[in-house]
Amino acid sequence: MTNKVDMSVTLAGMIMKNPVVVASGTFGFGREYGQFYPIDELGGICVKGLTLYRREGNPPPRIAETPMGILNSVGLQNPGVDGFIAHELPELKKHDVRVIANISGNTPEEYGIMCAKLSEAEVDMIEVNISCPNVKAGGLQYGVVPAMAAEVTAEAKKHASVPVMVKLSPNVTDITEIARAVEDAGADAVSLINTLRGMRIDVKTHRPILHMNTGGLSGPAVLPVAVRMVWEVANAVKIPVLGMGGVAKGEDAAQLMLAGATAVAVGTACFADPYAPIKVRDGLAEIVAQQGSAKVSALTGKVIPW
Amino acid sequence: MAIQKLCKISSIEKLNADAVSIWLEAGELARAAQVGQFVNIKCGKGLLLRRPISICRAEGTRLNIVFEVRGEGTAWLAQRTVGEKLDVLGPLGHGFTYPDGKVLVVGGGIGVPPMLNTAQKAPKRAVACLGFRGADKAMLLDEFNACCEQVYLASDDGTLGVHGFVAGVVDTALSEHPEVKAVLACGPKIMLKTVYAAAQKHNVPCQVSMEERMGCGIGACLVCACANNKGEYKHVCKDGPVFDASEVKWDD
Repeated sequence: MTNKVDMSVTLAGMIMKNPVVVASGTFGFGREYGQFYPIDELGGICVKGLTLYRREGNPPPRIAETPMGILNSVGLQNPGVDGFIAHELPELKKHDVRVIANISGNTPEEYGIMCAKLSEAEVDMIEVNISCPNVKAGGLQYGVVPAMAAEVTAEAKKHASVPVMVKLSPNVTDITEIARAVEDAGADAVSLINTLRGMRIDVKTHRPILHMNTGGLSGPAVLPVAVRMVWEVANAVKIPVLGMGGVAKGEDAAQLMLAGATAVAVGTACFADPYAPIKVRDGLAEIVAQQGSAKVSALTGKVIPW
Repeated sequence: MAIQKLCKISSIEKLNADAVSIWLEAGELARAAQVGQFVNIKCGKGLLLRRPISICRAEGTRLNIVFEVRGEGTAWLAQRTVGEKLDVLGPLGHGFTYPDGKVLVVGGGIGVPPMLNTAQKAPKRAVACLGFRGADKAMLLDEFNACCEQVYLASDDGTLGVHGFVAGVVDTALSEHPEVKAVLACGPKIMLKTVYAAAQKHNVPCQVSMEERMGCGIGACLVCACANNKGEYKHVCKDGPVFDASEVKWDD
């Protein structure tokens, strides 16, 4: 039944065999999950967030479990963009899967340098993280001030020869304002939502669980927020949306697509079930088939609001 | 190579007031298990994160885990019954490496169970040093006595063996067994630090099994960071849980 459904989608000119991507920071560089299934099964991989130079990240504890969610404060531990290009990208390129390089910079210039290097290395797309809540310098500020988000986007676009997607923070008063700003600055797509800032305290010790005190909330708890924000953004901009936040099954992905997403990312669900992205893909195909549609892309934006 | 498998519970019993032992029919997952490795177990539907639990014993296709009830996840696990299936990911991590010669295995509290497999599979009969809070918290003593050349015991309250910390009996054991070629230890970080100091005093290499709050369990999410003495963060689930004690940054 499901094999009749055309699962391919096109995100900012990038054709994917299916709309399921794995979210940055939850899938490493693909090696670990590759022991469970061929990563070629996925539409794309947003790799672990890269910075210009290697980063060690934050002191532990870096994770706390919350009701239907987790808080994390990894702090962008990564080998640096050159390390990625030298050691990880060649491995990823052996597979038939779209490679989306996620980048974070301390200055607009750093974003530009990374975009040049990654375009030269021929990744399929660059995801510009203007919303990571864990890094004191850069990170949050770019994502919450429209003019700064636009500045980073313009600098990234100037140096990139592949599509640039900007990842938006939900920790703002009006996400459509930021979405419009990055669209005007030339972004080819937007992805949302990044994590929501949260905190958990151990009542016995009076200490926050996370060493950084606060962290980013993800998991099923954030799905309704993601659906609402994707809906708002899809109505506010013309560029395509990669929807994410709490997706664990096909129905969750279908909600984000109906709200306006062209494709969806699975993140935290991988921790509980390594096969989650595959199950999301198959569940989505089943929903499309049951509704008598031939193409998954027909779902995008088809919500019928009251 | 790790796999995800639904494993049937063949037995479940309490070893003391806090510790629970579960035997699983784990097939190839058990066959692949190396000493010092762990499994990551899904604990009910409401909890997103799996619970990492060290392997206590792997015998053919049977796998034994022993854990302490510490929170919601382990409480759920403790209430399972024979015949139920658990969603298990494993075997995971980098385990202990045997030297050419005799080993001293050291366990403290819930760090004792993983050392049983390590003692049983040692190429030469091992010497063991086990520490518990008290006699009422002891476990697996018959099993250690059966496979080890000698077992030294210590307890915090003096109700079992030597009154004091396990590092004290490690010092004694290494004095009485100069043929020991490596100390292999599991327990709280503060205990591992003192065990390492005792091993250093006798010039014996030491491997330690570390703990940290964990996410994916396979090295993808990078949350279970453990600092080494070069200022880098290694990851307990993939680089560890077993590290050479000389590489660990002991002071926070």
